[in-house]
Amino acid sequence: MKLKSILLGVAASAVLAAGTIPAALADGHEGELYIPSLSYRTGPFAGGGIPFANGFADYLNMLNERDGGIGGIKIKVEECETGYNAQKGVECYEATKGNGALVYNPLSTGITLQLIPKAPVDKIPVLSMGYGLSAAGIGEKFPYTFTYPTGYWSQMSSILKYIDANGGLKGKKIGFIYLDAGYGREPIPLLEQLGPKLGFEWVGFPVAGKDMQNQGSQWLNVRKERPDWMIMWGWGAMNATAVKEAKKIRFPLDKFIGNWWSGAHADLDPVGADGKGYLAANFSGIGTDYPALQDVIKHVVDKGNSKSDKDKVGDVLYNRGLFNAVIVAEAIAAAQKATGKKAITGEDMRLGLEKFDLSNARLKELGLEGFTGAVKGDCADHEGGGSVFIQQWDGNDWKRTTDLIEPMNDVVRPLLEDAAAKYVSDKPDWKGQTCG
Amino acid sequence: MFYREAGQFKTNYRADQAIFPILQDRIGLGLILVVAFVVIPLVGGDFFIKSMMIPFLILSLAAIGLNILTGYCGQLSLGTGAFMGVGAYSCYKLFTFFPEVNIIIHILLSGFFAAGVGIIFGLPSLRIKGLYLAITTLAAQFFLEWAFIRIPWLYNYNDSGAIDATSPTLFGYPIDPASGNPIHIYLIVLSIVVVLTWVASNVIRGRIGRSWMMIRDMDIAAELMGIKPLNAKLSAFAMSSYYCGVSGAMMVFLWLGSAEVESFNINISFQVLFMIIIGGMGSLIGCFMGAAFIFILPILIRAFPVAMGIDIGASTVEHFTQLIIGTLIIVFLIMEPHGLARLWQIGKEKLRNWPFPYG
Repeated sequence: MKLKSILLGVAASAVLAAGTIPAALADGHEGELYIPSLSYRTGPFAGGGIPFANGFADYLNMLNERDGGIGGIKIKVEECETGYNAQKGVECYEATKGNGALVYNPLSTGITLQLIPKAPVDKIPVLSMGYGLSAAGIGEKFPYTFTYPTGYWSQMSSILKYIDANGGLKGKKIGFIYLDAGYGREPIPLLEQLGPKLGFEWVGFPVAGKDMQNQGSQWLNVRKERPDWMIMWGWGAMNATAVKEAKKIRFPLDKFIGNWWSGAHADLDPVGADGKGYLAANFSGIGTDYPALQDVIKHVVDKGNSKSDKDKVGDVLYNRGLFNAVIVAEAIAAAQKATGKKAITGEDMRLGLEKFDLSNARLKELGLEGFTGAVKGDCADHEGGGSVFIQQWDGNDWKRTTDLIEPMNDVVRPLLEDAAAKYVSDKPDWKGQTCG
Repeated sequence: MFYREAGQFKTNYRADQAIFPILQDRIGLGLILVVAFVVIPLVGGDFFIKSMMIPFLILSLAAIGLNILTGYCGQLSLGTGAFMGVGAYSCYKLFTFFPEVNIIIHILLSGFFAAGVGIIFGLPSLRIKGLYLAITTLAAQFFLEWAFIRIPWLYNYNDSGAIDATSPTLFGYPIDPASGNPIHIYLIVLSIVVVLTWVASNVIRGRIGRSWMMIRDMDIAAELMGIKPLNAKLSAFAMSSYYCGVSGAMMVFLWLGSAEVESFNINISFQVLFMIIIGGMGSLIGCFMGAAFIFILPILIRAFPVAMGIDIGASTVEHFTQLIIGTLIIVFLIMEPHGLARLWQIGKEKLRNWPFPYG
């Protein structure tokens, strides 16, 4: 009976505590540039989420250490754990938006889709870097959403260009293996539209989320269909499994291209030498041979202020997170310049993102020469026209093998505009903007 | 002392059969309703209402749905998430076909689609019981998840495959989760949940509910006494799925704003099942307690270090949260296998005698 009374006491005090804690949550962060980082260091996709979150936080902390923040104001990065779960992501958003959040990097297509309608209401921009809704790159329809440096559809067109340059596209059969979720299905409309236009045939091989490590039947179908090339939109455990299965059915790995979420060290390390030859698209440089990364190591990692191991700095996803932080930092600087204010708001940040201009000269200044292609946005273009390059796994490490491949903007842009118009068509109160 | 019903004389059958025969219960319920309808909207912050109260109420409703089936009728089900999904997708389709109709009507109607699907997947319960039935409801879960992905008509051929609440309004006010006033949304959710809970409590006390409980306690005896298992079991499946469906529709239209099929996967089925196990099988108040335990407690644990100004990583907090919740579940289930509702009952008995050790 005694234990039961303890239990009763615990239950009662929990009820009392429930009233007090939410009030304590809403403390402001004045005089700081507050950037919430929706990270996932737990859950099934933690292998990709951890290096990304580390790179993101380390770069901004490096700016604090080296330059004293941006424009003399310190940056405060606060992580909120989402576990790649859309409901938790929205909870994180609601918990942090009141603290003066400047921009959200949802790091999940599912969370992005939920934040897109909230962004214009709360006047906080969403930067879904190379993921999320492709159509969100249309600035007239989505004033508060940005997909710098480029979106899924543009990336797919770059990959198709690579295939075209390496043996032609006409008359070929392309296999598309994808995670059967919003993320994986995203480029299908593009394939459907471009197939007849460019004269290739495509077959889809969906992989359900719970079968990521069990792709035997899909690859059996691949063997039956005999595609000339395979393209993958995978994430997490799906990538390593797919490469192993491809090897098993003796599919030539140098004709198997992953997208930029299917080509990280975390994906290919478990495959090792068996994955030799596998290709992947990428838009952020590999390794630490950049002055900016050396600064990160010097100011943050060596001082023990990073959550990352030193040998993981420079990994594909670490650098991707770092690049995300570069975009945020540059947009903050642009916003400060445009408004003349030091402490900016989410609305100013939106302006800064629209005036975003990361030229090759600026990349050199930042110590990131050759890290990525130039990205420039404006009121109408929230995608930035960034390019991707192709990297190849040599059995041990990723090696960049091509120059930057520009997307087929002339083909993709009209399709994006159609998709954006379709998205807003059933939303009578949707607020766009007019440009130019 | 507090729960002494001495002096409260019942002079007619009506009073004797009231839902809350004890005066203290009526006062308590009145207080809870006042807090829920007046105090929380007045003093609750945005985060508290939007991210804690609204999801809590919606999940409580799903828990009531499952409790009707599992707690009262004894049919174990693992398809809750899928039935919520049926409600959500049918509400989405209804809303695209008839955008001018009041969204609350859509939400309440979409439950009937879920009920229909629930009846179909409830048919095996006439032949099989217990864990075997759980497996057939698991089939419902997987089949419906498959259908939500593979039938693009259900999500209007969207590129993203997600369904979204396309700015519903009520009396001219926007009530979608993005632009609506959280207090309006909260009051709508609260009203629906209160009314449906009241309906459930009356159905359970009545002839239908009694037949469910007879089936649960001993189905052969119930059959001999003239209860038709077909009617009893299928009506439990229908009502249970109706509640889950309404809850799913509210989840998309009044809480999340948009949802992919992942929102209705097996995890939510388990989450709701844990709610009724922790809260107490066969108890309505247990549904609310269980939902609070499973949904609100982790948020509070996560918020605790922030509130105290302790600086530890978000992922560490998440690991701790999972550890604490897991341990608490084990502790509660060992101490009180009948759930929080039973603890509440013990508490009431103690209050009845307090401050004396024996009544």
